[in-house]
Amino acid sequence: MMNTDYLVVFIGMGIVTYVPRWFPLAFLSRRQLPQWLIEWLDFIPAAILSALVLPCLVTAGDPRHLELFRHELLVAIPTFIFALKTRSLAGTVILGMFLFWLAGIFL
Amino acid sequence: MDSHSKEQRVQWMPVIRDGMVAAWPICLGYFAIGLAFGVIAQKAGLHPLEIGVMSLLVFAGSAQFIAVSMLSSGAGFMPIVVTTFMVNLRHLLMSSSLAIYFQRINSGWLTLFAYGITDESFAMNLTRFRSKSWDWRRALVLNHTANIAWIGSTVAGGYGGQFIPAGAFGIDYALIAMFLCLLVFQLRGLLYVISALIAGLLAVFISLIVPGNAYIVIASVIAATIGVFLRKSRFFTKREQGS
Repeated sequence: MMNTDYLVVFIGMGIVTYVPRWFPLAFLSRRQLPQWLIEWLDFIPAAILSALVLPCLVTAGDPRHLELFRHELLVAIPTFIFALKTRSLAGTVILGMFLFWLAGIFL
Repeated sequence: MDSHSKEQRVQWMPVIRDGMVAAWPICLGYFAIGLAFGVIAQKAGLHPLEIGVMSLLVFAGSAQFIAVSMLSSGAGFMPIVVTTFMVNLRHLLMSSSLAIYFQRINSGWLTLFAYGITDESFAMNLTRFRSKSWDWRRALVLNHTANIAWIGSTVAGGYGGQFIPAGAFGIDYALIAMFLCLLVFQLRGLLYVISALIAGLLAVFISLIVPGNAYIVIASVIAATIGVFLRKSRFFTKREQGS
């Protein structure tokens, strides 16, 4: 059973989500990128990852407000240090989950 | 013809294995979020089939959460689609960064790959591309493995995710831990640390004053631009050569 109104909304959402995913890839992969753009894009991953994760650690709610002493931040500190020392993705994910689980029980 | 015969020599088995193995932290995280999404969507009145079709067509977690809450509050086509567009504009930046590794790849493959660009697959693929042991085929498999995990877990949530205790085994933290580690991999020098710090602090600040998730794009663009200017400044040119 499929509601047609919903289907139309989902198709609309699908199109506007797909285009920003596809356009730069299709456009930029066909030509030589200028040096300034390569240098700029070089900083994007570190910047995006930090911009994605830091607000998850220190803000909460809707509308968002600052909330510094959350389990998310507390667990992030040892998890981050572990990642720096070991550079192990699997280990970091498992440790982070374990500590977050512990924090939920004991704090 | 030449490129066609090259395609046929590709060993797909190791490619598929590598892509799927690399996708596991993403799948773990999607499993948690997907189940939660399925439960919420089902409570908002969506049939599991509708949930599956939505996940297949959209494949974007945060936009789907927002759309479901808008649907259940009676919002129409345009507000939902415009909001989705805004929420997912950040993929422009990710797609641009990945383009470096997709020079002269057949447009059919590009079309298929672009569909799977998410925060998580972007971060994972980009890190792997840097380590040289990665190629676009493995990246494609990773994207679609994550996609299947997302569709499967959202549908499962729609059928009865409420029976799984929330927060079991800290699974809600899987993606945050993954992002933290991938961020560590990206900190390849003082300049990257500085621009990541700027991006993070700006993102926190902007997220507090601007509704929605525009903070991701705004903070990243500003921080990357500052990074480029710092690299051009003489102080950092000397430092980088010195180290």
